[in-house]
Amino acid sequence: MRTLMAYAAGLLFGLGLAISGMTDPARVLGFLDIAGEWDPTLAFVLGGAVLTTFIGYRLVLRRSSPFFGDKFQLPTKRELDGRLLGGAALFGIGWGLSGYCPGPAIASVAGLTMPLVAMLVAMIGGWWLAKRFSGSR
Amino acid sequence: MDWTSNLQGLAGGILIGISATWLMTTLGRIAGISGIAGTLVTTRPKGDSAWRAAFLVGLVTGPAVLVLAGGGLGNVAGQPNEVIGDPAGGVILMLIAGLLVGVGTGLGSGCTSGHGVCGLSRLSPRSMAATVTFLLSAMATVYITRYVIGGGA
Repeated sequence: MRTLMAYAAGLLFGLGLAISGMTDPARVLGFLDIAGEWDPTLAFVLGGAVLTTFIGYRLVLRRSSPFFGDKFQLPTKRELDGRLLGGAALFGIGWGLSGYCPGPAIASVAGLTMPLVAMLVAMIGGWWLAKRFSGSR
Repeated sequence: MDWTSNLQGLAGGILIGISATWLMTTLGRIAGISGIAGTLVTTRPKGDSAWRAAFLVGLVTGPAVLVLAGGGLGNVAGQPNEVIGDPAGGVILMLIAGLLVGVGTGLGSGCTSGHGVCGLSRLSPRSMAATVTFLLSAMATVYITRYVIGGGA
């Protein structure tokens, strides 16, 4: 049942990314290009998603536990450290170069191209490196 | 303003929000793609992997269904019948970008979905700081590649 619920969540997420146009790097880069012909689509996507999730979380987190799990697993870290901000800055460079963040990159597999394969392979390699780096400290 | 594309953006965003709420309601998990996928491929935690794989399969099938349905619901810039847009560069550029996205989201514990959607919705200070940082960094990168190196092309 957990697997089915997760599949449904992924399906909705993928539909959302595709309908909103976030599976098009040109739309994403058009939003990030504030000096050019600015494309506000991403702001609508993020705004709609955050507002919906804000309301949704507020309702759901009143419960004591999720339907198919022991407890809600929410991040507990509070401090703003160099790892968080440095990681975010590196991610931003990669995002700005490609127009792909992890969600749209994976969701775009239905239109697979060699550059996308390269993106996905390198991204997985990057996760390995980050894990090794974190583990060695 | 292209209102059709903005409204599709809003509709898609609401679907993403419903997805995030759904995953929290049913499994009690944050819908952060880099966390879900990164943990699956690097750690493969026992008893905690099947749902991650199922989520990712769903993530791929969503757009695939729209492609099979003829693409009318897609929102690719300038191509109303496409669902998936073309990559913005070649293999070499994507290898560099992918590595940065992987390392960056790995170290920074999240991406546009985990920090941007879920974290902002929880009013998490860490996620707010991360989101502002990666947005500014991405905007600066696009500015430099398009106007400083690219000469305004």
